[in-house]
Amino acid sequence: MSAEVVLFWLFGICTVASALVVVGAKNPMGSAMALVATFFFLAGIYVLLLAHTIAVLQILVYAGAVMVLFLFVIMLLSLTGDERHSAPTLMKVLGGAVAAALSGLLGSVFRQWIDVPPASSPAQLNAGSLHAVGALLYTQWLFPFEAVSLLLLVAIVGAVVVAKAKI
Amino acid sequence: MVPVHHYLMLAAVLFCLGLFGVLVRRSALVVFMCVELMLNAANLTFLAFARQYGDGAGHVSAFFVIAVAAAEASIGLALLIAVFRSRGSINISDVKTLRH
Repeated sequence: MSAEVVLFWLFGICTVASALVVVGAKNPMGSAMALVATFFFLAGIYVLLLAHTIAVLQILVYAGAVMVLFLFVIMLLSLTGDERHSAPTLMKVLGGAVAAALSGLLGSVFRQWIDVPPASSPAQLNAGSLHAVGALLYTQWLFPFEAVSLLLLVAIVGAVVVAKAKI
Repeated sequence: MVPVHHYLMLAAVLFCLGLFGVLVRRSALVVFMCVELMLNAANLTFLAFARQYGDGAGHVSAFFVIAVAAAEASIGLALLIAVFRSRGSINISDVKTLRH
C-alpha cells in the first residue's frame, strides 16, 4: 500500500467522522470546532488531488476567516446547547431517507468514472499550481474574478447594514 | 494511486451528511455550518474532476465557490444577529412569520 492510499483513507475517514460530529453535536461550539477539523482534513485531501492552491486557500479562508466569524457569532449570542424543540421524528426519518437516496443516486452516477485513468501528462498534473491557476484566473476568467470582488464588497456592506441596530 | 472515483464518493457522502444536517437541525447556526459542509463537498467534486481531466477550470471554479461561501457566511451570520435581536432566539422553528 503506497503512502498516498494510506493518507487518502486517513484523511477521508477523519473528514467523514468530523463531519458527523458537526451534524450531531449538541453544542454549537462543538459543531464549530469539528467543522474546523473537517476543513483541515479536506485541505489534506486537496493536496492529494494536486490542488495545492485551493488547499492553502481552504485553510486561510475557511479555517481562518469564516470559522472566526462563526465563533464570534456563537460567543456574541452566548448560545447554549439546548435546542428547545428538536426536529420531529418524522422529519428525521424523512431527512435520513432523502440523504440516503441522494447518496445512492450520486454513487450510481459516479460509477461511470470507476475505471477511467486520470490525466497523467506533466502539464495536466501541474494544473493546480499557483502559477497555472493564476494564469487562468487573470486571463480567461478575469470577468468572473472581478465580479466576485464586487460580490464580496456588496457582502461586506450588506452584513454591516443588516447586523447594525441603527444606521 | 487512489482512483478519482474514491474522491467522488467521499464528496457524495460529505454532501449527504450536510444535507441531512440542514434538514434535521433546528439551530440556524448549525444549519449554516452544514451548508458550508455541502459547499465543501461541491469543491471536492470540482477538484476531483480537475484531477481526472487535468483541467485548470476546476481549480478556478473551486476558488469562486470559496469566495461565494465567504460572502454567504458573512451575510448569513449578519441575518442571524438581526433575527436574534428581534426574537431572542435563532431556533428556526421560532422564525415563522411568513408561514401564517
